[in-house]
Amino acid sequence: MSPALAIILAFVVASSLLGVLAGRRVKMNLEMWTVGGRRFGIVLIWFLMAGEIYTTFTFLGASGWAYSRGAPTFYILIYGALAYTISFFLLPAVWRLGKRHGLHTQPDFFIHRYGSRSLGVFVALVGVAFIIPYLQLQLTGLGLIVHEASNRAVSAETGIVVSFFLTCLFVYTSGIRGAAWVSGLKNVMMIVAVLVVGFGVPHIYFGGIGPMFRALLREHPEYLVFPGATTGMDVLWVMSTLLLTGAGFYMWPHTFASVFSAKSSDTIKRNAVIMPFYQLPILLVFIVGFTALLVMPGLKNGDLSFLALVNKSYPSWFMGFVGAAGAVTAMVPASVLVLFASTLLAKNVYQTGFNPGAGAERVVWLSRFMVPVIMVLALVFALYLPNALVNLLLIGYDGVTQFFPGVVLGLLWKRMSAAAAWGGLATGLGLVALLVLGGHDPLWGLNAGFVALGANLVVTGLIAVSGAGRKRA
Amino acid sequence: MQRGTKYALLLGSVPFITLVFLLPAANRIEPVILGLPFLLFWIVSWVFLTPFFLLAAYLLEKKYNRPEEDE
Repeated sequence: MSPALAIILAFVVASSLLGVLAGRRVKMNLEMWTVGGRRFGIVLIWFLMAGEIYTTFTFLGASGWAYSRGAPTFYILIYGALAYTISFFLLPAVWRLGKRHGLHTQPDFFIHRYGSRSLGVFVALVGVAFIIPYLQLQLTGLGLIVHEASNRAVSAETGIVVSFFLTCLFVYTSGIRGAAWVSGLKNVMMIVAVLVVGFGVPHIYFGGIGPMFRALLREHPEYLVFPGATTGMDVLWVMSTLLLTGAGFYMWPHTFASVFSAKSSDTIKRNAVIMPFYQLPILLVFIVGFTALLVMPGLKNGDLSFLALVNKSYPSWFMGFVGAAGAVTAMVPASVLVLFASTLLAKNVYQTGFNPGAGAERVVWLSRFMVPVIMVLALVFALYLPNALVNLLLIGYDGVTQFFPGVVLGLLWKRMSAAAAWGGLATGLGLVALLVLGGHDPLWGLNAGFVALGANLVVTGLIAVSGAGRKRA
Repeated sequence: MQRGTKYALLLGSVPFITLVFLLPAANRIEPVILGLPFLLFWIVSWVFLTPFFLLAAYLLEKKYNRPEEDE
């Protein structure tokens, strides 16, 4: 076994064991499994949220976009800061509602606020439909990383199957707590990898970050301002994408529900204050992508530029460490995604939709049972039907953002009704599918998801004001 | 709306103004500051400053708002 492979295996197994240990001596009921008993303090909440947000594709994608598109990649650095600012104002109210009424999931919120079970089932199904391709993406990215980092000693398929099994194990035993613990280790590994490579490669090839940018300014000055090397991603696209992704960040079913794990609304607020600092390492990821552009131009797949440059610049054991960090970085979001896909199906499709009388014990049993089922589904898509869900993935972020009006107006505005939430959601999702899949993204220089969000807001507002579908008091 | 919330919203609007609405004005290479082209320097600076604005918002809410009940 090569040192690189041994390092990957050791870290992946150790982090999974940590995840299993996290659930020891804790009685796993629904409350514990999905929201950690609402007891997470600032550290665990930070682990959990940072773990969900920094996925494999933050790194492969941010460096890949820097490599192949230039400046438009900067949006990845910005949108988190906007999302945390929104979360500072929005999430404490969501948390209080969750605490007072024992909510576990995003559909729970819609059911509680709008008193509509069918809306809850719909929100749950839409959530699951967007989660599964995202989960598949994590598995695919993980396979790619393990394959490259082990110097192709391990096939992508083997890497996916092994880590899939380990992820299932710690989600099953420890629920959200397992994800948070593993994420703690993951954050350390990832930051070490990004700091070493981000400061290291410009130093190796150019003697520092400043000289690297001077070389980039000589060779590709257009890369450093919008629209970079693209034609469609000018400053208007960047602005609309920022507003869309900033709003949509906490509208993913898993990020939304993580809020409920906090022990107080103050924890949520303090977490929102510190989170933007955690965006800054992404600057180093861009720098790696830019250095790769100068040092090894002409790569076919820009998303591999990070790994290719590490491979060229460092000994193989360090490549193993980067691979391990990348693998665990995929496993943490995968674990939270599978946990909430399972809970949405068990609690909000089965219980809400078909069997309202089902007890909490039955729901948690079914949720845990669904973990391997969902994982196998994502595995089958990742290995055998890699392109089957690509359309869902393309519209994922635009799609979940369509929940935003229903959540925000639901909290702020008494007139908001189930009919308004339904109308806005249907308009938004319909437009997203029509525009993005019809090849009209960007539209008028704007991100198409942003256009759909605008239409969604207008329709929501009009129905709410008209009072249609409101029950007379 | 309570006074602390008003101040907080005012501070919270800063990242949106600087990192979204002022981007067209910041979309240039010169001057290069600390080795970073101007656009990237602008973005990194305001992302770095965002937590300080949110911290100020947090403290002002604490000072001027009634304490919130979590039950």
